[in-house]
Amino acid sequence: MSEEIREEAQVRSRVLEGLDLPKPMAYWHQVWWRFRKDKIGLASAGIIVIVVLLSVLAPWISPYAMDYGPVSNRLANPFSEGHILGTDEQGRDMVTRLLHGGRNSLIAGVVPVFIAFTIGTLLGIIAGFAGSNLNTLIMRIVDIFYAFPAILLAIAIAGALGPGLSNTLIALSVVYTPRVIRIAESVTVQAKGFDFVEAARASGASDIHIIRSHILPNVLSPVLVYNSTLVSISILAAAGLGFLGLGIAAPHAEWGRMLNDLRQSIYVNTWVPILPGVAIFITAMAFNLVSDAVRDAMDVRL
Amino acid sequence: MINSQKPLLDVKNLRKYFPVRSGPLRRVSAHVKAVDDVSFDVKQGEILGLVGESGCGKSTIARVLIRLIDPDAGEIHFQDMDVVKASGREMKALRRRMQIVFQDPWASLNPRMNIQDAIAFNLLAHQFPKKDALEKVWEGLDNVGLNPAQFGLRYPHELSGGQRQRVNIARALVLDPQLLLLDEPVSSLDKSIQAQVLNLLGELREALGLTYIFISHDLHVVGYLSDRVAVMYLGKVVELAETNELYNKPLHPYTQALLGSVPTMNPHQRSTQPPLTGDPPSPIAPPSGCRFRTRCKHAMEVCAQVEPPLQEAEAGRLVACHLYGEGEHANASESSPAGAGDESLG
Repeated sequence: MSEEIREEAQVRSRVLEGLDLPKPMAYWHQVWWRFRKDKIGLASAGIIVIVVLLSVLAPWISPYAMDYGPVSNRLANPFSEGHILGTDEQGRDMVTRLLHGGRNSLIAGVVPVFIAFTIGTLLGIIAGFAGSNLNTLIMRIVDIFYAFPAILLAIAIAGALGPGLSNTLIALSVVYTPRVIRIAESVTVQAKGFDFVEAARASGASDIHIIRSHILPNVLSPVLVYNSTLVSISILAAAGLGFLGLGIAAPHAEWGRMLNDLRQSIYVNTWVPILPGVAIFITAMAFNLVSDAVRDAMDVRL
Repeated sequence: MINSQKPLLDVKNLRKYFPVRSGPLRRVSAHVKAVDDVSFDVKQGEILGLVGESGCGKSTIARVLIRLIDPDAGEIHFQDMDVVKASGREMKALRRRMQIVFQDPWASLNPRMNIQDAIAFNLLAHQFPKKDALEKVWEGLDNVGLNPAQFGLRYPHELSGGQRQRVNIARALVLDPQLLLLDEPVSSLDKSIQAQVLNLLGELREALGLTYIFISHDLHVVGYLSDRVAVMYLGKVVELAETNELYNKPLHPYTQALLGSVPTMNPHQRSTQPPLTGDPPSPIAPPSGCRFRTRCKHAMEVCAQVEPPLQEAEAGRLVACHLYGEGEHANASESSPAGAGDESLG
């Protein structure tokens, strides 16, 4: 009896083979297809590309050398002669400083977040999926990091390692990783309880297979959103370290450091000190909007 | 239909206690006796119904059988395999032959995976060649009455509950299992959709020669498909019999009460029995002796002291009740309430 039905099903599916069916789009292809329809996300992505390009090309497109500036011409207004965005408190051209500052700020904003994202998601999923003792081990270590205020911890680590951009990156990565672990872990534990994960386990799939197909896509979107907010925080934290002499050393530009240096001049010239803040704001905003758009694009329900 | 060969699945003295932790050190202070000393077997091609109130351990049994939860004690034999002692590799092979359909069609499909991929996942988990997987998936969708061209690329949120449950069934069947565990497969569906899915399950069983363990709290639903029905109360099987016999002449007072509480449209068939009152006692500290005695109108002294074993009361009928015991309690069966069921279900 069952043979007949099976045969019939065979025939029927062979009939189906002849039909012209839409080819299944790969998941990331679909994500891109949905992302493209999000105008704000697309515009923000464009802004990020422009900021990155300008920063990378800074040495070639800057009108002046990075540390050139006659003190006699300090704090010139924007649109003054030779300086479209004015000059800083040492008479250095603001366009040049902002372009060079973008390099360090982007590195300080993106690299620690990327490291935290990679390691944090991995450890968080492992902790959440393994449960019991491994979970306790990882999460209690995370708690130790949580016991210190973020910026104090960063100062302590950077202070121990010494000043410099790479040490700033290490310090910030160490600060942000536990936060990502905690989010990834809680989402993993939640996802693990869904029936579809149980069903996948009941089908005999391996843990890695289950994590890749069922857990990761569900963990990725909340983690991505959190990480995008971290980018702007990270730029500012790097600035804070620079202010304390633990970040990038003096003649080098960095948006946060520029903001701190120009802070005292705000009563002398209102416009110039705002500029690095605007640069940070636009970049951070663009990262947030892009990540919102990516999250929406990854959600098939929308 | 039911042949007397070696059973497909043989469960002996299965026990699962969940620890209850309390206090600052989270010490184990008690156990929830979800499944306590349960034995039954399922023959090839048979549908065994498992019925009982919520919290009686039905779903736990399903999860233990497929080893989503490890049992504390007992034996499970699936054909020639020892399920309890199976290694990871053996378990993987076993899960090709034994699959489960969950109750909640909304939670049991990954919202981020289209239907085709969700079903193909099970195939790929078993290293099924990728190029043949799609055809197999389509065949499976076709078998459950969903047009593959129409539904394959849709996402779960675009489907109704009944369609989702069909997908779940297709997913469970795509590996060609012999035994399907149906954990309340229609409980969250509308009545009309329930009938469709039940009929589909009946057809698939005939067509593919499947064996089911059908779990539900709904006596109608269980009775519709099952060849035999096991009634559970607080982690124990209290009665096990062929469906018709059980429905026409329930022996255990709990079964009688359950059948008496089934609503009917016919006023002449309405039960004269008072409905069962109260909730089942806590499975953490079940009553001594017979677990049903606190709600049983026939409760006797012996019920508090001796736990009634599940034994044959009539040919092929297992009951765990002192009313049908031998020896000094045999006279009790004269005042047997067995007739109550006859009245209520004619």
